[in-house]
Amino acid sequence: MTIGLEHYLTVAAALFVIGIFGIFLNRKNVIIILMSLELMLLSVNINMVAFSSFLGDLTGQVFTLFILTVAAAEAAIGLAILVCFFRNRGTVDVEAVDNLKG
Amino acid sequence: MIGADLAILTPEIVLSLFAMAGLMAAVYTSKDGLAPALTWGTALLFVIMAFYIGITGEGSRTAFDGMFVEDSFSRFAKVTILLSAAAILAISQDYMSKAGLLRFEFPMLIVLAVVGMMLMVSAGDMLALYMGLELQSLALYVVASLRRDSVRSTEAGLKYFVLGALSSGLLLYGVSLTYGYTGTTQFAGIIAASGGEMSLGLLFGLVFILAGMAFKVSAAPFHMWTPDVYEGSPTPVTALFATAPKVAAMALFARVVHDAFGGVVGDWQQVVAFLSVISMFLGAIAAIGQTDIKRLMAYSSISHMGFALMGLAAGTAVGVEAMLIYMAIYVAMNIGTFAFILTMERDGRHVTDISSLGAFASKEPGKAMAILVLMFSLAGVPPLLGFFGKYAVLTAAVDAEMIWLAVAGVIASVIGAFYYIRIVYLMYFGEERKGLDGRMGLATYVGLIAMALVIGLGWVPGINLFGIEGPAEIAAAMLTR
Repeated sequence: MTIGLEHYLTVAAALFVIGIFGIFLNRKNVIIILMSLELMLLSVNINMVAFSSFLGDLTGQVFTLFILTVAAAEAAIGLAILVCFFRNRGTVDVEAVDNLKG
Repeated sequence: MIGADLAILTPEIVLSLFAMAGLMAAVYTSKDGLAPALTWGTALLFVIMAFYIGITGEGSRTAFDGMFVEDSFSRFAKVTILLSAAAILAISQDYMSKAGLLRFEFPMLIVLAVVGMMLMVSAGDMLALYMGLELQSLALYVVASLRRDSVRSTEAGLKYFVLGALSSGLLLYGVSLTYGYTGTTQFAGIIAASGGEMSLGLLFGLVFILAGMAFKVSAAPFHMWTPDVYEGSPTPVTALFATAPKVAAMALFARVVHDAFGGVVGDWQQVVAFLSVISMFLGAIAAIGQTDIKRLMAYSSISHMGFALMGLAAGTAVGVEAMLIYMAIYVAMNIGTFAFILTMERDGRHVTDISSLGAFASKEPGKAMAILVLMFSLAGVPPLLGFFGKYAVLTAAVDAEMIWLAVAGVIASVIGAFYYIRIVYLMYFGEERKGLDGRMGLATYVGLIAMALVIGLGWVPGINLFGIEGPAEIAAAMLTR
């Protein structure tokens, strides 16, 4: 069988959902949340490239390069904040992120 | 050709160059010693740029093949953003030096965030929208954890980062679907391709984009980051979060739903109305049990965003105009309120518990009266300006035949009035304990009194809301033409 647009979209949707579940069901480690965020952005990239190739339009691939760049900056900032948090709290457990409640 | 495009972006380019130059200057000279000068310089530059945009801008121009739109709508939003950011910088100076947070990165990060906000409200393409949104968000994540030796501040930054990145992910997924089903990322192309019957894929795209933007404006049910981030961040940062980014996100919301999805009003109207009702009620009810004033202001902002969304839910030019007026008034009320919150201290320590307000009025009758005006205005008591903002959005909802929405808004506003009035009650009749003893600096005092006067006198017939109705009407007409 040939691999068509819908297969790519299905994979991307599955990865996106895994990313969201990784954020909300994960009770262990904040690093895993960062990985899940990355997974979500990458699934969007698959979507973009698949559509771009399907439509014969380059915009989607240009968009993908921008997303990759921003994702890198975002990961850098996220890790920096996490390092600061670790210095203060001594752990990166999700359950330790609980000082602010109301 | 490129020169003409760049000329349209002059304010953004000037601010970006200023941010880079400021960082370099501070790094190579006295580092944080330069922070006060940079803060005041930034505030001054914001005000100059606001006047530049407000006075020289006319008509509607686009740059870079429609990526960047400079029209009366973006100008209204930009002037509001720049002036509110300048006011926040001015009132935060005292607090920052007392708390030992006078870092030169703070004003520079705010400049970058403001450039991001200006790009957001001028976006004419999903790519420009995304880049602007991320520039704003990335700068604000860092500002939230500015006090990097405090658990609460870094935790606020971490929470803001995780949920902000999640919302960007949702928004992007919606953008990718929109691109796939319309074949373009330009707003003009999307509105041309989306008319008539909407395909299921595009509808999914729209819903994801709306969810992503609801996160950014902190509308319920995507509000969960707001109270924690407001409480944990340093107070000047909280004041910033409550003003400029909210205006930018709300203007972006209006631009996307009207410029890109203006042909399918019926499809997003119900979603926005739903967000509006939930936000108004959640903000009003959840705030009742709060004792921390920063948390209380967080729920208050959720509720106010619900009202602003009500204007948007009307889906008409009148609705957008009402939303813009509401946001301008909301920002003015918040600047005044935060000017006071910034100076709440006892024995040299910043306190945010509302019980410390007990019997404040007997010590400081003038300031207490100013806060009374601001609180009554936040609650929507006539004839203060907050009432006119609410009146505008309710009228827009009724005109659009969404009477149930307007009725829900009135009920939520009555419930919400309870906690604003409780603050006033505590100030005037609360039992006297060891209360606040901090002194107000000049900037915060001027901020509080000026905003109280603006809010208290804006309704006087000769002043007529300081003439913001005219520009707001032109801006709304531009967006919904």
